[in-house]
Amino acid sequence: MVEQREQHAPVLETVAGTKRFVGTLALDDVSFQLRPGEVHALVGENGAGKSTLIKVLTGVYQLDGGELRHRGEPVSFGRPVDAQRAGISTIYQEVNLIPLRSIAANVFLGREPTRFGLVDRARMHREAAELLREYGIHSDVRQPLGSLGVGAQQMVALARAVHTNETTMSGEGAGAAQVVIMDEPTSSLEPREVETLFEVIERLHRKGIAILYVSHRLDELYRICDRVTVLRDGRLVHTGDLADLRRIELVSMMLGRDVSDIRRHGSTTFGDTDHAVVEEGRSEPVLQAQNLVSTPKVRDVSIDIHPGEVVGLAGLLGAGRSETARAILGALPLDSGTVVLGGRKLPSGNVGAATRAGISMLAEDRKLDGIVPHLSIRENIVLASLPRLSRFGVVSRTRQDEVVKTFMERLRIKASSPDQKVVELSGGNQQKVLLARWLCTQPKVLLLDEPTRGIDIGAKAEVQALIDELASDGLGVLLVSSELDELVDGSDRVVVLRDGEVAGELSGDEVTRDAILDAIAGDQQEASA
Amino acid sequence: MTDLTLRGRSLDKGAVSRWLQDYGVFAAVAALLVFNILFTDNFLSAANFRTQLVQAAPICIVALGMALVIGTEGVDLSVGSVMALSAALVPLYLGYGVVPAILAALVAGLAVGLLNGVLVAYIGIQPIVATLALLVGGRGLALVIAHGQLVDIRDPDMLTLGSGEILGIPIMVVVAAVLSLLIWLLVGRTTFGRRLVAIGDNRTASTLAGLPVRRVLVGVYVICGVLAAAAGVLATARLGAGDPANTGLLMELSAITAVVVGGTPLSGGKVRILGTIFGALLMQLLRATLIKNDLPDSTAQMVQAAVIILAVYVARERGTR
Amino acid sequence: MSAPTPASSPATDPESGSTPRPDADPVDGATPAPTEPAEPTGPASSPQVRQQLFASLLQRQGAAAALILVLAISWVTLPRFGSTENMRDIALQSSFLAIIALGMTFVIITGGIDLSVGSVYALGGVLAAYGAQSGVLMALLLPLAVCGAIGLVNGLLVARLGLPPFIVTLASLLFARGLLLAITSEGSKTRTISDSSFLSLGRDSFLGLGLPVWFAIVLCLIGGLVLRRTRFGESVFATGGAEQSALLMGLPVVRVKVTVYALSGLLAGFAGALTAAYLQSGVTVIGVGVELDAIAAVVIGGTLLSGGAGTVLGTVVGVLLRNVISNVINQIGGLDSNYQSVISGAFLLLVVVVQRLLSQARPRRRR
Repeated sequence: MVEQREQHAPVLETVAGTKRFVGTLALDDVSFQLRPGEVHALVGENGAGKSTLIKVLTGVYQLDGGELRHRGEPVSFGRPVDAQRAGISTIYQEVNLIPLRSIAANVFLGREPTRFGLVDRARMHREAAELLREYGIHSDVRQPLGSLGVGAQQMVALARAVHTNETTMSGEGAGAAQVVIMDEPTSSLEPREVETLFEVIERLHRKGIAILYVSHRLDELYRICDRVTVLRDGRLVHTGDLADLRRIELVSMMLGRDVSDIRRHGSTTFGDTDHAVVEEGRSEPVLQAQNLVSTPKVRDVSIDIHPGEVVGLAGLLGAGRSETARAILGALPLDSGTVVLGGRKLPSGNVGAATRAGISMLAEDRKLDGIVPHLSIRENIVLASLPRLSRFGVVSRTRQDEVVKTFMERLRIKASSPDQKVVELSGGNQQKVLLARWLCTQPKVLLLDEPTRGIDIGAKAEVQALIDELASDGLGVLLVSSELDELVDGSDRVVVLRDGEVAGELSGDEVTRDAILDAIAGDQQEASA
Repeated sequence: MTDLTLRGRSLDKGAVSRWLQDYGVFAAVAALLVFNILFTDNFLSAANFRTQLVQAAPICIVALGMALVIGTEGVDLSVGSVMALSAALVPLYLGYGVVPAILAALVAGLAVGLLNGVLVAYIGIQPIVATLALLVGGRGLALVIAHGQLVDIRDPDMLTLGSGEILGIPIMVVVAAVLSLLIWLLVGRTTFGRRLVAIGDNRTASTLAGLPVRRVLVGVYVICGVLAAAAGVLATARLGAGDPANTGLLMELSAITAVVVGGTPLSGGKVRILGTIFGALLMQLLRATLIKNDLPDSTAQMVQAAVIILAVYVARERGTR
Repeated sequence: MSAPTPASSPATDPESGSTPRPDADPVDGATPAPTEPAEPTGPASSPQVRQQLFASLLQRQGAAAALILVLAISWVTLPRFGSTENMRDIALQSSFLAIIALGMTFVIITGGIDLSVGSVYALGGVLAAYGAQSGVLMALLLPLAVCGAIGLVNGLLVARLGLPPFIVTLASLLFARGLLLAITSEGSKTRTISDSSFLSLGRDSFLGLGLPVWFAIVLCLIGGLVLRRTRFGESVFATGGAEQSALLMGLPVVRVKVTVYALSGLLAGFAGALTAAYLQSGVTVIGVGVELDAIAAVVIGGTLLSGGAGTVLGTVVGVLLRNVISNVINQIGGLDSNYQSVISGAFLLLVVVVQRLLSQARPRRRR
């Protein structure tokens, strides 16, 4: 009886789940259901609430509103260990094991078989080898874990998680009660490792274990998942069988554009005119990035940027957009390929040289890669151009103040004074400070990685207008964005990436929302071919 | 309700520790001065003040370099050994004159700093580990150079450096003051200083901004090494003998304490020169207070240990804010 | 007026579209289809771990090889070196440092460092001399209790408050030295020990070897067993190998850290007590720089200073190497005994650079 009901009732669900962080609603009335024995895809772009939902399900966060239910009963996981005890294991993108210890030790860490108080190594090795064979690992379990490939390590993590649950849970329906959450498990795997992972998922599936699978790779989702839940801006926008959904529909739901709504005109402040000031056919690209390879995320990308041109870079999360920008700047070392700026080849992996040559990048993660939080606005603005503002290594106060004043006015940076610490500013103003920093270096090419993310509407409009203006002044701009409107309205040309390769290139009238979506989804062959 | 009160309390706590970190060192120095003037016999005299300042000078000079290193989220454990190297080299080269002797010591400090800097910036070894090797080997090398001997110094010019005065101010204090001013200008006014602080605050962002991160780091360790060598020269001159066995012993601890007490967080991104100077003064005054009030050296050491832990704890509160 | 589309580079030709997927799938589209058989245990794709362990092994073997080499050369060239007398002497001298380095091995494997052991060692000796007035039991209990407590406080400050180990233990270096001075009238009073049963712990021999050597052997055997064959030992490795992962795996990381620092204090105190018994008094001036000798021995013996890997045997080899070299320096007349620390420092430098360079070929990853 009881088991019967459990077969149908969701094994894990949130009912009107709400999670609030300072200033933002990370989960807004989300009712998510994971059924026993299903493979359920969870998708959404950055900030959609995926990781918040996962953290709620695994006991890292607690809901502010609504209810978390496990096997139909309301539960509250105070700590990750509580969720683990309830049979919910999580495999993270980064393997959370001890690479320097042996494979067997990693499987059993904390629960080693002992004899007379000492670890029974022989038994541990035997049992680990037996267990791992099920997961397709036939290596010597006495080897250090770190000697395995990332995929195999992930498999060990999976084996450990499932085994821990099996041995700590007992009683009826233990298998059906189990949940394995996989957070982008394939993001750093080789194709054949992905295959093995899928075989293991299949086996777990047959055992009746429910799997929540997070990935941005549509191919994978369609191959292994039964159902899908799409989150956007903290809300659940769709849940249902995956087979019923066309790829383009899925992508439009993730990016927030209904297919029917796709013709709606833009909500951006970009001007209508195209920027390129040079006559067609005669323009020399200011930047030529050729066949860039930087494993694992950038596999083969070529992009040209002409003076006065805004080139959009589109693609799903994980397609290699930010990594491409970083590879051009030299922040990611190139395995092969060249970056040529104004006819001169740049040395690989040297940000200083690229900056001096005239490339600047507004990084995606403002806090980690952008601002120097405890320094003032003034110091942040001039940081990258100190040599120009100094004589014999001593910074000229007057020239510095002049520059800072100019940019603060031009970019309308709102602050009590140039001495205010950047960490105290709003996101939009921080972004403007960073833009000022890069403009201050008088760049030839500006790489903008999600320039309008996480800033308020007003600032967003200002930043967009500024990009327009800069291009009109002859600057080459690479605009990385996950907002279609921004790409369509702001770019003269759009390069679409998929899995680290250029999947299509659109220019002029071809730059439309559906064309970009088509290229992202990969439903059609080369959109521009 | 509970939430609100808790919130209020934690805010207060944050404010208190922030105040302590920013101004605690000045308040503490002032408090110790007042205490001593009121209760310690023979404290309020020009001679005594001169002695206190002279004794604080070497700590202060080493702490200045340490402040720069800590500002980049590093630490330099080798400063005491560098001072010992100075103590060994100065008597050795004094035969060629005072200037060559001092230069030899400074070059040794530069070399040690260069090695530390390359290990940290180019090879990527943690600062503690990289500078530990020279903490171990540096003093040994100094003792080998001096054959384990204490060497008396008879050169009058060298002795003047330790005990002479300019306009009634001890030369050692003048040197410390000039170096403090230079380092203050370096941090506040130069390209190098700006980059140093930025690297300590956010290294990734600094790299992405195209700053020469590695070169700046090497420069910082070199400056720290040279300053430590200079402090070693002064200490030797003051003592009137090259004593590589004892010169600068545990100086790394005193210097780190002076810096941290002075409000420079171990997590980098901020260099407080005035705070560091007062930190050095505080450590000296604390010791003098205890000793002048007939509390033994042992107590002074234990109190110093407690002050260090307290300072790091307060700084930690700040860091996790 | 739009910018011209530059001729697409070969990269824009999707190879993926041309490869049909073998299995049926409801959705059509381009899929990169892996056709090779799955085999996840292929060649190592994260070489840095191999290299790190290789570096550790290489050093351990390197230290052992160096030890054998130095032993062999000295045996042949120095007449007095090979005598039973001298060998016993080396063993005895090594035993005190070995006990201290044993505790240090545990601390360093968790990724920490304990700079207080030199002072704690000296304090242990003085406390033993003090306690010996009330018999052998007090002579052992007093130093163990006080030194263990200092280690415990170190551990609590590091693990619970998250303060940096090197600062915490530098402070307790100062504290222990201060305490030592306080109980010996500022170091002026050296208490001699008369309790004969306590003295025998440091001075008697068994099977030709001094008792301290036997203590060191037994403690190192137990230490090795604990490290390699118990759950606690596994947790020590895991804590130093990847602390965050160890936490997520539910291991008692805080408890492990507190324990290793307490253990380090305890062992340093015990070594101090043995030394006092051997010297027949609580000498106040010993122990300066012993922490550096211990760290050098541990690291030279192949324990990674970054934590996560190491062996007790390696540490013993490191200690022996240090004391054999020191013995040789003493025997070669006219050589400054201070060369010892220069050699230690140079060794340490070499080892950390090699450790780092060997593990540097790591796959670069963002952050």
